[in-house]
Amino acid sequence: MIYMDNAATTRTAPEVVQAMMPYFSEHYGNPSAIYSLGSSNRKAINEARRTVASFLGAKQEEIYFTAGGSEADNWALKAVAEAYAGRGKHIITTKIEHHAVLHSCEYLEKQGFEVTYLGVDRDGLVDLGELEAAIRPDTILISVMFANNEIGTIEPIGGIGDIARKHGILFHTDAVQAFGHLPIDVEELHIDLLSASGHKFNGPKGTGVLYIRTGVKAGSLIHGGAQERNRRAGTENVPGIVGLGAAVARAAATMEERAAKETAVRDYLIGRIEAEIPYCRLNGHRTKRLPGNVNFSFQFVEGESVLIMLDMKGICGSSGSACTSGSLDPSHVLLATGLKHEEAHGSLRLSLSEENTVEEADIVVEELKGILTKLRNMSPLYEDFLKGRN
Amino acid sequence: MYSEKVMDHFQNPRNMGEIEDPSGVGTVGNAKCGDIMRMFLKIDENGVIREAKFKTFGCGAAVATSSMATELVKGKTVQEALQVTNRAVMEALDGLPPEKVHCSLLAEEAIHAALWDYAERNGIAIPACNEPGQCS
Repeated sequence: MIYMDNAATTRTAPEVVQAMMPYFSEHYGNPSAIYSLGSSNRKAINEARRTVASFLGAKQEEIYFTAGGSEADNWALKAVAEAYAGRGKHIITTKIEHHAVLHSCEYLEKQGFEVTYLGVDRDGLVDLGELEAAIRPDTILISVMFANNEIGTIEPIGGIGDIARKHGILFHTDAVQAFGHLPIDVEELHIDLLSASGHKFNGPKGTGVLYIRTGVKAGSLIHGGAQERNRRAGTENVPGIVGLGAAVARAAATMEERAAKETAVRDYLIGRIEAEIPYCRLNGHRTKRLPGNVNFSFQFVEGESVLIMLDMKGICGSSGSACTSGSLDPSHVLLATGLKHEEAHGSLRLSLSEENTVEEADIVVEELKGILTKLRNMSPLYEDFLKGRN
Repeated sequence: MYSEKVMDHFQNPRNMGEIEDPSGVGTVGNAKCGDIMRMFLKIDENGVIREAKFKTFGCGAAVATSSMATELVKGKTVQEALQVTNRAVMEALDGLPPEKVHCSLLAEEAIHAALWDYAERNGIAIPACNEPGQCS
């Protein structure tokens, strides 16, 4: 099997699983308990918290553990909106955010907030001038993702942080795809809130982080207990948090090496596809791009068909076609970059890990060539194109 | 997600291709929705469908329903072919996931669209044959 869907989820690293194991059946105590079986687990949690904090250039008490990236995004947006509603009810975000941010914004709109959804250019980049022009006296929050999950484009986070700081507006970034893969320093980048997810960098599923800068007012999303300094109720997922900590430690130690390997295979794959497969377009920015992201639109074919045929050859990828999104519309991200519906339906994302090799890339390109020939021969759009019809 | 029959018709589509000199051709769906089906029919002087072929842009279910629809109309009279409903196509494929039911509707529409074209070309009216619509 060739696994190239690491933006969906990654394999939990063996050392992460190993670190977690004792916390299921041996050290199973509740961290809030007085006796040492429980209270010693508090140390394990804080150890993980220190690891995450140091990775982000943050303070330990600014790190909160959640049940994943979606919870962190929901929490950041809803809690900040609620806490700062007295100052203003305007939020700025982009059209290419993950649905955890977009749907939270839609929810807030129903609560009386106004949201500006910034467009992006052909490569998926937000324009800083446009962002600054969108700021109003009642703007309380800017939320822009660190890197896009579909097309891999890395946004100008430092520039956005500067603008937010200059105007005294809070800045949240959904760093789910970037965290563990790119260096992030919340001080340098002027980030006030940041969401991350454990399973996107070889940690366990169902674990996440919200960084909240000291001084930022943000209440709870989950009520019912004093855990996480009164801000996130619920008995701590001790094995998950320990696993997340181990995954961050691993990511920090291997980031440069992994990024170099992935970038090499990524650019090789992009180069071969562009050279050997006609009627394709690379989606996302060519260089301001996550190390492991490859995303192409192939004309005249539909993405789900490509995915099923790749699966039959043992290759795992994903698509922004409507058929894979469960709705009638294809990916909102691809449409925001100016793609026509049919081009968005024909998209394929291959997201790499450091385990993917050039040899695997060669196999994928060869299989893809055969699959696209077969599907294009079947396609009335291709027939019309060849006959010069529309 | 898909039944074995759907997977079989997707991997080994029956009657994929074009008919050089068709009696009727119908194209339904649109690229915006992500499905386009084109059906070609060869109908003899007795009104029997001798050959049916298709070309489809779409997901696995779209290809499989096109393939099955051509199989089901082959050898039938024009009137019998109109009885090939989306339900019949779905049943022949051992069912479709709920979000893919529209693909079977598209297959039914493709049959109707090809027969409509046949009727137009021959200046005849086929009762119960609907003029092809847009994306369903």
